[in-house]
Amino acid sequence: AEAAELRARLRAVRHTVLVLSGKGGVGKSTFSALLAHGLAADETKQVALLDIDICGPSIPKMMGLEGEQVHQSGSGWSPVYVEENLGVMSVGFLLSSPDDAVIWRGPKKNGLIKQFLRDVDWGEVDYLIVDTPPGTSDEHLSIVQYLSATHIDGAVIVTTPQEVSLQDVRKEINFCRKVKLPIIGVVENMSGFVCPKCKNESQIFPPTTGGAEKMCQNMNVSLLGKVPLDPQIGKSCDRGQSFLAEAPESPATLSYRNIIQRVQEYCEQHQLQEEKIM
Amino acid sequence: LAERTNLAGVQHILLVLSGKGGVGKSTLSTELALALRNAGKRVGILDVDLCGPSIPRMLRVQDSAVHQCDSGWVPVFVGQDKAIALMSIGFLLERSDDAVVWRGPKKNALIKQFVTDVAWGDLDFLIVDTPPGTSDEHISTVEALRPHQLLGAILVTTPQ
Repeated sequence: AEAAELRARLRAVRHTVLVLSGKGGVGKSTFSALLAHGLAADETKQVALLDIDICGPSIPKMMGLEGEQVHQSGSGWSPVYVEENLGVMSVGFLLSSPDDAVIWRGPKKNGLIKQFLRDVDWGEVDYLIVDTPPGTSDEHLSIVQYLSATHIDGAVIVTTPQEVSLQDVRKEINFCRKVKLPIIGVVENMSGFVCPKCKNESQIFPPTTGGAEKMCQNMNVSLLGKVPLDPQIGKSCDRGQSFLAEAPESPATLSYRNIIQRVQEYCEQHQLQEEKIM
Repeated sequence: LAERTNLAGVQHILLVLSGKGGVGKSTLSTELALALRNAGKRVGILDVDLCGPSIPRMLRVQDSAVHQCDSGWVPVFVGQDKAIALMSIGFLLERSDDAVVWRGPKKNALIKQFVTDVAWGDLDFLIVDTPPGTSDEHISTVEALRPHQLLGAILVTTPQ
């Protein structure tokens, strides 16, 4: 009955993309936010961004929605809208203060994630993007389990170039394989820094074991792209602005846009294949 | 009756925390341990990041295994003089790429074991490295450490 409820609620969601990493602080939320902005640039598409990082929800701040509250209506919880075609949900909206710690064990976190999927009135959605916390635990198992009521197009896995990140990301790739979650590809963030003055490139996080490129080769997954470090990214996130809009000329913007396009193409390919089968 | 627990010989227990991931908790835990060892202290590291254990690689012992003795698990000894005691779930994985896909209750059970069943011996400092967040691992670690001398927590962040 529960599965039927979830299926009904998620029936009008056409594409679902999970953003994962084994590692923390590599840019999952940043990527999720920019993917949402990028996809919503097409005003004919309805985009939903769901933040299931219960302990450290970054999405409200990154989307400029701090302080917003969730409203209830007859049809359920209403997402908070950044644009008419871009709605957001996060535990951040349920806290009375942004510094309140959510000190919950697994089962309680799972309960909220289920509520997010069952009780939020997303409406008709072309793209549902789910931002996750680092790791391979309750949140990840639950979201895959609950979303089996609809289908997940796949996961984008985010990393940085150093081996300490890659070793956690390999685990995440194996997690996806274990739960039969298709992998759209890997994004390598913080991949080099070009000095705006002397134009010299530095590897702030040197890829001592070949970076994401080598890892993707070894594990037979796609490398969607590499995004260089740009201090404007962090600033835009802190200020709740879209980096793509604030710094349209940055090499990082170009990288992000290419990656977003590849994700879009993957989803549309996927749909074409499914329609062929049906 | 005072039972000599595995933590009875540990003088100071330090937790290294952050809400945020990727800010340098494991890096700091490692450097702090090495610096304290350099200053002549007896040091141990407990890595309770079950999903993403980073400490073994940072100390070049990612291929080590652990075994048991009468009083519990024997830590792996690392550092230049092999005098820093380290316990991490990293040592229990068959392959380093294996994901630990556990829900809370299973994580809690292992953390409790890590805290009470490692034969630390006599240490001046035990540094506990944690994963990001404020969830199962953190609650269980603090609960399991409560009867002991918890010195305090160091919080790590980055500027943004």
